[in-house]
Amino acid sequence: MPPAPESAGDVLETSDQRRAGATGAVTLTLRIRRYNPELRGEESWWDEFTIQADPNDRLLDALHQVKWYHDGTLALRRSCAHGICGSDAMMVNGKNRLACKVLVKDVAPKVTVEPIRGLPVLKDLYVDMEPFFNGYRSILPYLINDEGEPDAERLQSPEERHRFDDTTKCILCACCTTSCPVFWGDDEYVGPAAIVNAHRFIYDSRDHGADERLKILSEKTGVFRCRTTFNCTEACPRGIEVTKAIQEVKRSILFERF
Amino acid sequence: MAARTDTRIAPEQPPPSPRGVLGYRAGRERPAGGWELWTWLFMRISGIVLLFLAVGHVLIMHVGGEGVSRVNFAFVATRWSSPFWRTWDWALLSLALLHGINGLRVVVQDYVRPVAWRFAVNMLFYVVGFVLFVLGTVVVFTFAPSRWPGVAR
Repeated sequence: MPPAPESAGDVLETSDQRRAGATGAVTLTLRIRRYNPELRGEESWWDEFTIQADPNDRLLDALHQVKWYHDGTLALRRSCAHGICGSDAMMVNGKNRLACKVLVKDVAPKVTVEPIRGLPVLKDLYVDMEPFFNGYRSILPYLINDEGEPDAERLQSPEERHRFDDTTKCILCACCTTSCPVFWGDDEYVGPAAIVNAHRFIYDSRDHGADERLKILSEKTGVFRCRTTFNCTEACPRGIEVTKAIQEVKRSILFERF
Repeated sequence: MAARTDTRIAPEQPPPSPRGVLGYRAGRERPAGGWELWTWLFMRISGIVLLFLAVGHVLIMHVGGEGVSRVNFAFVATRWSSPFWRTWDWALLSLALLHGINGLRVVVQDYVRPVAWRFAVNMLFYVVGFVLFVLGTVVVFTFAPSRWPGVAR
């Protein structure tokens, strides 16, 4: 039993010590798929790094440790590091995850990290997102309203807002689209993320572009390519019911016709 | 900001599209055909119908009674004297072919990337499907046991 703390500083120090004592560092081996066409040609290769990490650290911290102290040439993308910006999507043990939302203790002692699939890899874990954003742009992901500028904000009832609440959560990390086998085969397919963002506007009572978007999504590259494999729903780090949203769009296209 | 607004609603812009969604056309003109919708819907409906037709066929022909051993020329001739069974079998033939060929078209759409190859593979499936459909249809509608030589009646 440590002596009773006398000041706020003592309290902080004791709790720091207790936390440090409670969680000893664990050994983590990272098996990372590397790719660098400038140095090693078109073949990718595997590198392994063994580090000591706090079990409550995130996988992103472990990757940082590798990049900052072991191999500075490791390329990865990350911005906010807190699960909001959607930059650090990667395949972790075969599943698409955000590296900043995976804890070391959940993957130790060994973890395999690869770039997300279906997009051209530029270097290591860093992919060209352009095909992904092409799909996103094609569904007109902005408010379309031809009524002119209103005097006040466009009001909406809680029920109307709730209709598309789930799909507002998307952060465009591409976890869903790059887990989709149809997208792997054909990057012309707009992909789950684009449909989620179309859904967000199609069912928004303030938006008038639903017809245009449903038309785009009924094309050959649209929602009917979906085979409902549910990979997207499983991959989404925001817990969006992606497949459900896609099915709702299909249903809207179907019943628009009758 | 003002310049951007001007380009959007410039007076020389063409009149709003009939849909009037944007007041100007967003992107290219799109075919309003809905072919993908109809094939998608067909797959669902034919799938449900085929479930009954195919499972019924297997139960009636191969499981019930003495099973598959009783199926011979005479059995088929007797069975096809009823228009009901001819319709059943023809529906089974055409739906299964269309359902299957469309399934292959979808797989080809996903995985055969070069345009020429995709066209060739699709055409192969369409031709084979069409030939099988014509052959089956001719047999179902023209089959008459009395015209077959050497059949004891």
